[in-house]
Amino acid sequence: MTSRSRCGRPAVLALVAAASTVALGTAACGGSTGSAGGTTSSRSSSSSLGLSGSITVFAAASLKRTFTRIGADFEKAHPGTTVTFSFAGSSDLVAQIQQGAPADVFASADTENMDKATAESLTAATPVVFASNTLEIAVPPGNPAKVASLADLGRPGVKVVLCAPAVPCGAAAAKVEQAAGVDIKPVSEEQSVTDVLGKVSAGEADAGLVYVTDVKGAGDSVQGITFPQSSAVVNSYPVASLKSSRNKAVADAFVAAVTSSAGQQVLAAAGFAEAP
Amino acid sequence: MSRTHRPRLGVPGWVFVPAVLGAAFVVLPLLAMLTRVDWTQFPQLVTSDSSRAALLLSLRTSAASTVLCVAFGVPMAVVLARTQFRGQSVLRSLVLLPLVLPPVVGGIALLYTFGRRGLLGHTLEVLGLQVAFSTAAVVLAQTFVALPFLVVSLEGALRTGGQRYEEVAATLGARPTTVFLRVTLPLVLPGLASGAVLAFARALGEFGATITFAGSLQGVTRTLPLEIYLQRETDPQAAVALSLVLVVVATVVITVTRRSRSAL
Repeated sequence: MTSRSRCGRPAVLALVAAASTVALGTAACGGSTGSAGGTTSSRSSSSSLGLSGSITVFAAASLKRTFTRIGADFEKAHPGTTVTFSFAGSSDLVAQIQQGAPADVFASADTENMDKATAESLTAATPVVFASNTLEIAVPPGNPAKVASLADLGRPGVKVVLCAPAVPCGAAAAKVEQAAGVDIKPVSEEQSVTDVLGKVSAGEADAGLVYVTDVKGAGDSVQGITFPQSSAVVNSYPVASLKSSRNKAVADAFVAAVTSSAGQQVLAAAGFAEAP
Repeated sequence: MSRTHRPRLGVPGWVFVPAVLGAAFVVLPLLAMLTRVDWTQFPQLVTSDSSRAALLLSLRTSAASTVLCVAFGVPMAVVLARTQFRGQSVLRSLVLLPLVLPPVVGGIALLYTFGRRGLLGHTLEVLGLQVAFSTAAVVLAQTFVALPFLVVSLEGALRTGGQRYEEVAATLGARPTTVFLRVTLPLVLPGLASGAVLAFARALGEFGATITFAGSLQGVTRTLPLEIYLQRETDPQAAVALSLVLVVVATVVITVTRRSRSAL
C-alpha cells in the first residue's frame, strides 16, 4: 500500500483539516500528493541556474557529525542554499521516504536499505557508495574484563552487548561471528549502535561491537580494540538524490559534495574508510 | 424561550464539536492501525516464539511492578494525605516527577543508581545482586514510572474521603493500625483499585526506561513494547499485529476494572 492511497482517503483528510492540523496533514502527505500547500512555501524556486533554496537530507545516524560538517561547508560554498538534516536509523528513514516524507537526498548506512528505496523507484539516480565502515570492539575505559580479541567476547562471564540481528549493525556482528567462528552470547541485543555504545560507556557491559567511527566519535568514554576478522564485513554507505526532490540541482550538488575530495576528507577524519 | 427561572442544566451545544474532534483524534489512529492489520497472517504473527515470550514477560513484569507499587505506594499516599510536615509539598513534587519525566531520563537515572557503576551498584554487587540486563531491571524501570500513578490517585481518594470515620473509630478506642486496616483502606478500595490498574497499564506500556536501563533480550528483558519497536525494523506487519495485541490487553484491563469498580 502506498502513502497516496492512505492520504487520499477523504474521511481522513476531512477530519485532519477539520481539526485544523494543516501542518500535520502536509507533513504526512506533502511528498506524494504534491497538491498540499505549505511544504513549498519555505523553499524558494530552483529554476534559476545558480544554486539556491533549501534541501532536506535524510542521513543515517552514524553520519551526523560528518554530514553536519559537509552541510555547513556546502552552505558556505553556495550562498543562498540551506541544507537541513534528519538523522535516524537507515530503516526508519527509508520507511519515512516510502510514506512520502519530503526528502531530497538519502544517505544510508547500508546497501540493503538503499535497495528498498531504489526498488520502489524513489531515487532519482543510481546510488553512489561514498564511504565504508567496519566493526570494532568497544570496551569501557580501563577494559575491566581484559578483552583483547574477538574470541574473548565468547568467554563466559564477559558481558557483551550487540545490536539485534534485525538491525544492520547486528547483522554485521552476526556475520563477523560466523566468519571468526566465535559464538557470542550477548546479555542484550540493542536497537542501535548508540544503545550499544551507551551500555558500554556506562560500564554496564564489558564489551560491545560497534563501528570504527562510533568508537572514534565517542572520544574517551570508550576504548576501541580492532580485530582482524572485521574485514569480513565491510559496510558500504550509498547516497542518492530522490525523485520527490523539489530542488534537484541543489540535491545533486550536495551528493557531489559528499563524494568530492573535500567531503571525503571530512569522512576520513571521522574514521570512515574509502568506498570499497 | 420563556423567562422562567427553572435552571436548565446541560452542556452547551458547541462543546460537542471540540469534544468529538478530540475523541476522533484519539480513536482514529487506532482505527488506522486496524486497517493495516494483515488478518490472514495475524495468528502466526502474534503466536511466534518471540511474540509469546514478549507478551508473557510483559504481563509478568507488569504484575510484579504493580505489586511493588501497591506495597510502597499505599504508605506513600497515606503519609502525603494524612500527615503534615515541612517540605511535604516539595517531596510530593519530587515523588510525582516520573509522571512528567521522559522515560528515557528515568532510565538514565536508574542506570546511575542501580547500574554496575551506579550509586548502589557496588553495594548490590557485594550482596551478590546483579541488576544489569536482568528481568529485575525491567521491574525496577516499570515501578519507577508507574508508582506516581498509584500515589496520585490514592492520595486523591484519601483526601476526598475525609477523616470522619477514622476519627470515630479512634474515639471508640481503635489503634492507628486497626483504623488503617479496618476503616481507611476499605473506604478507599475503589481508588486503590483504579490506581493499581493505572500503574499496571503504565508498566505494560513502559518503553524508554526499560530500553535505556534494562537492555533487550528475548525472554529476559524484551517486553512487548520493545519487541514491537524491534519488529518494526524488519517486519512492520508483525509490529502492527503486536501493537493490536497490546491495545486489546490494555482495553481488557481497563474494562474489567471499570466493571468491578462499579460493582464495589
